[in-house]
Amino acid sequence: MNETDIGAYGVPLAMLAGAIRVSTPFLFVSLGECLTEKSGRINLGLEGTLVFGAMSGYAISYLTGSPWLGVLAAGISGCFFGAIHGYICKLPKVNDIAIGIAMMLFGTGLAFFFGKPFIQPQAPHLPSISLGFWSDLPQVQSALSINPLFLVGIVLAVFMWWAFKNTRWGLIIRMTGDSAPAALAMGYSVDWVRFLATTVGGFFAGVGGAFLSLYYPGAWSEGLSSGQGLMAVALVIFARWNPLACFGAALLFGAAGALGPALQSVGITQGYYFFNAAPYLLTLFIMIASVSPKRSLKGAPGELSITK
Amino acid sequence: MSALAQPNAPRRAVELETVAMTKIFGSLVALEDVSIHVRPGTLHALLGENGAGKSTLVKCIMGFYQPTRGEVKIDGKPAVIATPRDAHAHGIGMVYQHFTLVPSLTAAENLVISRAHPPAVIDWKKEIKGLEAFLDTMPFKVPLTVPVSNLSAGEKQKLEILKQLYLDQRFLILDEPTSVLTPGEADEVLGLLRGMTEAGDLTILMISHKFREVSAYADDVTVLRRGRMIGGGKVGELSVADMSHMMIGDTKIRERAARKTFTDRPVVLEIAGLFAEDDGGIPAVKGVNLKIHGGEIVGIAGVSGNGQSTLIEVLSGQREPTEGQLFIDGADFQPVRQQMAKFKVFGLPEEPLKNAAVPRMTVAENIAFRTFDEPPIASRFGFMSPKPMRKQARDLIASYRVKTPSTEEPIENLSGGNVQRAILARELSGEVEVLIVANPCFGLDFASVSEIRSQIMDQRNRGAAVLLVSEDLDEILELADRVAVMSGGEIHYVRPIAEADRASVGMAMSGH
Repeated sequence: MNETDIGAYGVPLAMLAGAIRVSTPFLFVSLGECLTEKSGRINLGLEGTLVFGAMSGYAISYLTGSPWLGVLAAGISGCFFGAIHGYICKLPKVNDIAIGIAMMLFGTGLAFFFGKPFIQPQAPHLPSISLGFWSDLPQVQSALSINPLFLVGIVLAVFMWWAFKNTRWGLIIRMTGDSAPAALAMGYSVDWVRFLATTVGGFFAGVGGAFLSLYYPGAWSEGLSSGQGLMAVALVIFARWNPLACFGAALLFGAAGALGPALQSVGITQGYYFFNAAPYLLTLFIMIASVSPKRSLKGAPGELSITK
Repeated sequence: MSALAQPNAPRRAVELETVAMTKIFGSLVALEDVSIHVRPGTLHALLGENGAGKSTLVKCIMGFYQPTRGEVKIDGKPAVIATPRDAHAHGIGMVYQHFTLVPSLTAAENLVISRAHPPAVIDWKKEIKGLEAFLDTMPFKVPLTVPVSNLSAGEKQKLEILKQLYLDQRFLILDEPTSVLTPGEADEVLGLLRGMTEAGDLTILMISHKFREVSAYADDVTVLRRGRMIGGGKVGELSVADMSHMMIGDTKIRERAARKTFTDRPVVLEIAGLFAEDDGGIPAVKGVNLKIHGGEIVGIAGVSGNGQSTLIEVLSGQREPTEGQLFIDGADFQPVRQQMAKFKVFGLPEEPLKNAAVPRMTVAENIAFRTFDEPPIASRFGFMSPKPMRKQARDLIASYRVKTPSTEEPIENLSGGNVQRAILARELSGEVEVLIVANPCFGLDFASVSEIRSQIMDQRNRGAAVLLVSEDLDEILELADRVAVMSGGEIHYVRPIAEADRASVGMAMSGH
């Protein structure tokens, strides 16, 4: 045994590292979804936005050589998808969930179509910040090598939590999400607020996608997203529409996603695929545990089509 | 009118007048030549049945509708009100019957966001201070930092009124402001508002159908019927009989069936130790025990939201109780379809279009819900034959006078009273042992109300055990043999009707 071998402690450490690494796309998509749902609309299309964001971010990073331009491009393409969703939902008798599913398929399909030429080439990656310099252990150093987007995500979560309470826009979004008649009575355009919230939510999801292709796993391929965009919807419900809780839930999902690789790193390879399914099992479990046929969801915006 | 506008008229209260207000929707004349004059610093009542044009009139004043003819004068000067915003600019605010507060926001958040120009970033310390200073000048208090969904109906109503005053609206239109309040709360709110009008701070136009409140608190009254102004004047100069005659005109009201007296009827329905939770998982019904005899109407009074709807949902099988049992004739009763048919349990839940009908199915189908799986509608192999179904519907439509274009009309196209009659026809056409009724007359006109109450009384006289839940205390005092009061999910007060008086029932409703 050499001194850098930390044995079974490697599993929680690897899970922590994984949580930080894997949670970022969860965090961005769930914050985007949280914003959209707070305004009273569900955007199931964020999975498509995520995949398209991953593709466009990678493509722009490859073409311009700047990964940050890639992130911006991913966000803008996310805005575009959010805006389409928001616009279509403004039309009468349109169901936001059906449009969301259509947008999900449209986004992934479009990403595969435009993304074919970018599967092989190597695009420049996002840099990371080493916060583990104080430790001699390479495991700790690698665990604490953190992508700036993760930190941006934390700041964003805290900002959204604060803004929902302390800004005019926060209150307007919560108002349209909870009682459209009240918002209308005060002269706010419910459709316009929701359109903006969906568009900005799409931006966040696009950025989350860019993280997938530009940092971890770090390449564009068609199997890049494994349903993070959809799991984020469950995550928002689990987090009870609270951006801070979204952060915690994203870490939890990230840790669950890191369970398989973490066990593999200490030599446990049995049931690798089973442990890899942990996030999906967690989603299922959370949905069962957090809902009940007898009562409605606490904290759910009153205008959501799932709570009506 | 110039005689009324005194030179030293109070500064803040607004004077409002409508001149020959007319509103025509297509071929329907909703409002015809209505001229009312609301003196500044008074409480003016607007009386009328459903569909009499009260809402059309106030919506024209508020700028939701543009009148076909006529105009609004404010403080004697013609005013152009094209949108609700214009009305607000003139100091006219409206408190709606349904709340316009946002449930998940606190009272303070609701007040701040209702301002025309809320700050981009809200300094809560400063705002709370300002709001507290504002509340100090107001006659009623509301907790500021609690989400509105946790406030009682009375507090919400007060907050709605406070919101208008906070926005500096000095002409308030109140749409049935006391419908969700206990008699005590209603007296408190109306008394305080009356105080503000007398002090000249406020002018109020109140839509109401409660003569008691109009007589006690209003200065003037205007009565509308079928879109026309029928009469009005100073409240002191009009009797309740005058007002009610103006309101309903010469419509024939069905005579109420006389109350048959029974002695020693057995207990039919027994509710034993019933507990149930509401949608939020919070206990809403807490240990209700009640026995209802055959040939008896037990009326459960109470302000809405005290567990009555949850109780009705349990009794009609819409909700599982957490504890407790139901018995009919001493046998265990589960509210499922087979047992309801076996024990002859029928019901008329509140909002029948939502709770007892499928809105987009036809009248005939809705009427057949209790019988579609039995002959003659169902054949031996489980196929339904539409002919006997339509025949049954035609017969019941005729005998219960349901106004519908045909048996094949979706039931949602019928008016409220006719939906209620169609459901009543379905529920009461057979033999009824137990009848569970909730707010049966909510929002109906006089003729329908009278009809439906007679039907309920008929069932009682035939020996059915009737449980009547109503938010309308007058309805309970009129129909019930025994009065029970539900408050906070519990029933403490049960009295024979002869021993129940309005004051003690009112006390029990507010939980004392």
